Amino acid sequence: MSWALTPLEWEALSLSLKVAAWATVASLPLGLFIAWILARHRFPGHAILNGVVHLPLVLPPVVVGYVLLIVLGRGGALGGWLYDTFGLSFAFTWKGAAVAAAVMAFPLMVRAMRLSLEAVDPSLEHAARTLGAAPYRVFFTVTLPLMLPGVVTGSVLAFARALGEFGATITFVSNIPGETQTLPLALYSFTQVPGGENSALRLAVLAVIVALIALIASEALARRVQRMTRGEERA
Amino acid sequence: MPDLMAEQNALLSLNVQRRTGDFAIDVKIEAGPGITALFGKSGAGKSTVVAMLAGLIKPDSGHIRVDGHTLFDSAQGIDIAPEHRHVGYVFQDARLFPHMSVAKNLRYGLNRLEPAKRTETFERVISLLGLESLLQRRPANLSGGEKQRVAIGRALLSNPRILLMDEPLASLDAARKSEILPYIERLATDFELPVVYVSHAVEEVVRLSDTLVLISNGHVAAQGDVEEIMGRIDLGPLTGRYEAGAVLTPSVEAQVSEHHLTKLSLLGHDMFVPAVDLALGQRVRLRVRARDVSLALTRPEGTSILNILPCTVREIQSGPGSHVEVALSVTPRGADTPTSNPQTVLARITQKSLTDMKLKTGKPVHALIKAVAIDRHSLGGYGAGTNRL
Repeated sequence: MSWALTPLEWEALSLSLKVAAWATVASLPLGLFIAWILARHRFPGHAILNGVVHLPLVLPPVVVGYVLLIVLGRGGALGGWLYDTFGLSFAFTWKGAAVAAAVMAFPLMVRAMRLSLEAVDPSLEHAARTLGAAPYRVFFTVTLPLMLPGVVTGSVLAFARALGEFGATITFVSNIPGETQTLPLALYSFTQVPGGENSALRLAVLAVIVALIALIASEALARRVQRMTRGEERA
Repeated sequence: MPDLMAEQNALLSLNVQRRTGDFAIDVKIEAGPGITALFGKSGAGKSTVVAMLAGLIKPDSGHIRVDGHTLFDSAQGIDIAPEHRHVGYVFQDARLFPHMSVAKNLRYGLNRLEPAKRTETFERVISLLGLESLLQRRPANLSGGEKQRVAIGRALLSNPRILLMDEPLASLDAARKSEILPYIERLATDFELPVVYVSHAVEEVVRLSDTLVLISNGHVAAQGDVEEIMGRIDLGPLTGRYEAGAVLTPSVEAQVSEHHLTKLSLLGHDMFVPAVDLALGQRVRLRVRARDVSLALTRPEGTSILNILPCTVREIQSGPGSHVEVALSVTPRGADTPTSNPQTVLARITQKSLTDMKLKTGKPVHALIKAVAIDRHSLGGYGAGTNRL
């Protein structure tokens, strides 16, 4: 048995990383916005918005995938419009896999960011206003730097969740090698064919390694950011 | 110069109303240059008034004008955003940005200043507040007093038209307070900036204020000179009964170094207080607590008490308890001494003494004040802004 990755394994791994990275980066601005609304504003639909954001956490992933298929599929209301207008198609493409992963990871991202935003003292923002900073400058120079640990944590959590996404992905974009077959889907495929145990085990080990690297890296990054925002001098 | 005076008096004009639940604020303040102190108990609404000035709390109605600029006017629908008010705000808790160095904190509001003036003003503020050695530090590594000095510097550098200080010393210990007080005294003078200073500590108010605004339960109970307001018995419950005491304004006559005392002159009478480092001839403010004053019908001989002031009884106010408050006017020495500068002493004595001494309005008495009882923390120059004139 060789240590080197087979082309199929490479394909699944790189696709997984690409899907997870896009899912995280693309949902970051929306995640920040929703976290800000939930943390800093009280309005009639607050509880409903909060519920909707957290829904993927409690729903069976298959349900999320099915809803995405209905809404974003070519025949769906939104999906049809996107295809007709921009030629953008999510169904059965890696972009769809990224959307499924983003939706599933969204509650984790928003939750971490919201918690860190709630920990930012609004009185610091008031002080910044009296010093002549308009609200947008206050956000980018005071609020965002101070909530950065939460943004990092939220992004890493979302990335990790996106890497492991299975149910919504296979329901929405199916299991197409080279296009939507991410690492978990490839692993699943191997367990479905006779003699695939060995290949499945190799992918399982690979998944563990990738997850570990992500966690260790995030820990180091979070600590660095924390030190920066708390304002302690470098030892 | 009546026109100039009127203009100066209009530096801050504030008339605001706001109701939150059962608590109503209705405050009118007209203040000139120098330090205007908002004085009153915790929860009286002082901080809310200052937050309204800065635009952080919106009044229900009224107007706020600073130096000719209207910041708020409900009738005209004007409500300038905090960032456009040019109001420097020093908070009780400093509120430095923890993720920035001291230098970056100081420069945060600098863009409101003309580019040509930035370097010079920065250097000036740094040296006034003694911040040179702190610039590279982070707020987490500063002491409470250092943080407050940085906060004052940061507010000054944002090119304010008025400086608001909301209990800037309340969270500091006595040593840190006396470290910062001289800086605050110099602000109004050096930067020719009107200052609104919120405090519930009587010694800070006596030392710093040019105009005193006594706030009670959301309303202005009195405003005017410190001496006048602190000498009013009827305001005793508001200035704090235990702390009640009048403010005298003698001038420095001599330093008596062998006894570590300073000799003062009040309407021709000698007074002695623990040594203070002030120039000869300078007028000082001296707060004498009512409970530190005894009364005698004749001038006592062979006593350890250094300060004996002949007075006449002006007003007597009996309370429900065992003691009464007596307001006394100090009798000037010699007929040629001008009395345009009336001095009031408050004394707290027992009902029994009042009856035994047969005290009544107009009766001459001697007020006895122990030199060691004089509150050194309130001893300071005569109002920061007044020195300037």
